[in-house]
Amino acid sequence: MKTFKALTLIAILVIVSAFAANAVRKNKVSGYNIGDVVSNFKLPNVDEKMVSMTDYKDAKGIILIFTCNTCPFSVANEDRIIALDNKYASKGYPVIAINPNNPEVQPGDSFDLMKKRAREKGFTFPYLLDKGQEVYPKYGATKTPHVYLLQKNAEGAHIVRYIGAIDDNTRNEKAVKEKYLENAVDALLSGKEIEITETKAIGCSIKA
Amino acid sequence: MRFCYLFVFLIISCNQLKNSKEGGVVVEDQFQDDLVDQSFKVVNFEGLTPFLTESTSKVTVINFWATWCKPCVQELPYFERIKKEYKSQDVKMILVSLDFPDQKEGLEMFIEKRALMSEIILLDDANANSWIPKVDQNWSGAIPATIIYNQSKRSFYERSFTYEELEKEIKQFL
Repeated sequence: MKTFKALTLIAILVIVSAFAANAVRKNKVSGYNIGDVVSNFKLPNVDEKMVSMTDYKDAKGIILIFTCNTCPFSVANEDRIIALDNKYASKGYPVIAINPNNPEVQPGDSFDLMKKRAREKGFTFPYLLDKGQEVYPKYGATKTPHVYLLQKNAEGAHIVRYIGAIDDNTRNEKAVKEKYLENAVDALLSGKEIEITETKAIGCSIKA
Repeated sequence: MRFCYLFVFLIISCNQLKNSKEGGVVVEDQFQDDLVDQSFKVVNFEGLTPFLTESTSKVTVINFWATWCKPCVQELPYFERIKKEYKSQDVKMILVSLDFPDQKEGLEMFIEKRALMSEIILLDDANANSWIPKVDQNWSGAIPATIIYNQSKRSFYERSFTYEELEKEIKQFL
């Protein structure tokens, strides 16, 4: 009888675990949701200095963008990212860009080539390497570009307010009709509710 | 008893690990001798929708890819090989390219060079936020991504495959 019980237990466990494993795989896109408090990071910038969110003492929040050198969708957005920093840094929402790719898998995203790209394009914002690739999984970023708009609360913690795309046309800036990210930042600046808090766009999968 | 639990968990974790590994068999240009029609359709999402749901083939595989996407290009030969090896079993293979429409020539050259046999569709629909959730609710928009469906079930995968992994999934639909 005892053996039978034990066997039944094992059988149940196997079935349940199999389902659980499946569920995990299906919803592998985990990470922060709207309203979550994010943890801080400290990553190397292309100027060889370390950057973390807490360095921005006077900011109201941060426009955090996972992007890279090699993805055509990221490249298509570079000018827009610079424009965002120019527009919103002075209003309290500076851009921080993070390259989440493993340079060993994607040599075009090495730290040296990041430095080169930042120089060529005249990035006005930090361009950090997710060294050890520990930051992007926490956010649940799956691709480049992938935006997280963070708002600082009274305690200095950063809360996720928007996740997704910069606008509704990654490929062609001229054909953009809706600027999701700008609308979200504008809403935060004027103390209004963000209308669209999550959007999706095609991007390059992050190279782990 | 405790050991039994441990054992079961170990088996499952190993399986998961194995499944998530990339890489595998490399199949190179084995279809070069075949003559294929290398033209492709250009559609917006509305034009793509029938392919996503209405195929009457025994199994339909739809792979979202682009010539600039390294992991996509890496797994393309596996989809091509499935198409060849499962020809008699009515497996339909559709490769939906997300290459930029103004770089159509690059796609044409790529298809010609690789002598791709699968049906190729260029999806020209910039407003991805409207159609990504219609492909699958769980899709974040990263490629490669794949749908496998038949008349009774449907699965979505936001991941890369080895040949063995892809074959294993497809067998479940046959």
